[in-house]
Amino acid sequence: MKAALSRRQRVALSGFGLLVFFGGWEAAVRTGLLPSGMVPAPSSLWQAWLDEVHGGFWQQAILDSLSHYALGLLFGSVLGALIGLLCGMVPVLDAFLAGIVHLLRPVPGLAWVPFAILWFGLNTSGATFVIAISVFWINFYAAYAAVRSVDPELYELASAFGHGSFFGRLFKVVLPASAPGVMAGLRTGLGQGWMSVVAAELFGVPGIGARMMQASSLLATDVVVVYMLTMALLYAVTDFLFGFVRLRVLRWQA
Amino acid sequence: MPLARLDDVGLSHDGGETFILRHVSLNLHKGEFVALLGPSGVGKSTLLRVLMGLSKPSEGSVTGPQDDVGAAEGRSAGKRRAQALVFQDARLMPWRSVLRNVAFGLEGLGLNRQEKRERALDALRLVGLEEAADRWPKRLSGGQRQRVGVARALTVDPDLLLMDEPFGALDPITRNSLQDELLRIWQQTHKTVLFVTHDIEEALKLATRIVVLSGSPAGITGELTIGAEQKTPDSPAFRMYAARLRAMIAGEPDPGGAPYWRSAEI
Repeated sequence: MKAALSRRQRVALSGFGLLVFFGGWEAAVRTGLLPSGMVPAPSSLWQAWLDEVHGGFWQQAILDSLSHYALGLLFGSVLGALIGLLCGMVPVLDAFLAGIVHLLRPVPGLAWVPFAILWFGLNTSGATFVIAISVFWINFYAAYAAVRSVDPELYELASAFGHGSFFGRLFKVVLPASAPGVMAGLRTGLGQGWMSVVAAELFGVPGIGARMMQASSLLATDVVVVYMLTMALLYAVTDFLFGFVRLRVLRWQA
Repeated sequence: MPLARLDDVGLSHDGGETFILRHVSLNLHKGEFVALLGPSGVGKSTLLRVLMGLSKPSEGSVTGPQDDVGAAEGRSAGKRRAQALVFQDARLMPWRSVLRNVAFGLEGLGLNRQEKRERALDALRLVGLEEAADRWPKRLSGGQRQRVGVARALTVDPDLLLMDEPFGALDPITRNSLQDELLRIWQQTHKTVLFVTHDIEEALKLATRIVVLSGSPAGITGELTIGAEQKTPDSPAFRMYAARLRAMIAGEPDPGGAPYWRSAEI
């Protein structure tokens, strides 16, 4: 039996879940169940965070990472969605790119880091490139699948009312009909982008990832956790903001 | 001069030797309401799509009304479409409001925003759905969706209105009221209508002429002009015509040569 929960109940329950998580964590460290050298207690995070804020590291890391994230997300999403849409619409292009796609798809974003350094150097562009690559594939496949699942009868409708040309189909049918799928891809990309921020900054481009690496080399686990939580928070904020965009674009689905 | 003309049209499956339609010739005259009657799956919709220009015939020729016919009738050329199609499944775009669904065919005709809105609203008024203009399609009932489909076709002011079993999926009560509404609109607008159906009673009720499509490959196996007396349900004339149409669909000889009730009267 699946009991239906109200929105309020779900929010309350998820808050309670977090409380149990952090409470259990704190208790485990205090009772010595988890050695404090291995895991910082949640209560010690506050001081670590304040230190980072007072030093200005926290704000700077967020700003740096945000710029990598935003640029990587922009390039990866736009290119991925665009090429995915075109592949879904143009069979010749789809067939031509099929081999190349299968070749490159399994390469993880992290594997591109050496090339990012070679091609772009230890700077924003290099980090942006790594993020863009991992976001690209998500959007490519989401857009491609969305176009392929457009009801073919809508193309007939478009032809019957004078919109049978390539651009007629693109703007009157493909873009609006695939919008839900494309939006789902963008949303997944928002999360994937934050995950790749760490990889993108591994090699020394300043940002949240780089700061985490520094802290972990000094075994400052509390600082590492502070940035982990920071990233979770940033993801939550971007996802929340994207919710408004999605609601606006997909009003008709409400 | 007929408004639209099919001349010895044939259509084969994927350009091969298996024909769906063969030797179909049909003239449509201005102001007529023609029902294209035939069993399900015979190729009626295919014929409609050939006429609409959505499928190319393998043989024969198709002449449809041209887009500039309207110039002589007071409306400037290029702001209307020669033909419009009503689908069986309404086929509305879920991401467009009712009004914007109706305006779909008006886009690309060089109308400004206000003109498009007014013409779409006019069409919605004609089908009695003006107050639903800002609703989403999924909030409509089946009958309302079909009305929107009719409005979308009417708003481009076509010379030829092609309807592909538009009321086939509706419940009998809704179907009946939409049939009445269609007749009213037809009398009001004097459109030429080609109405595909597999329902003999529907064809008799609506059409001024019934063309029967049957066989495999499908061809025209009979044709009847319908007058007022054949339109009265359950009248002898209605029953006689229904019997003749059934025979035409089945490919049997026409039983209409000597109407039994007339020989009884003599």
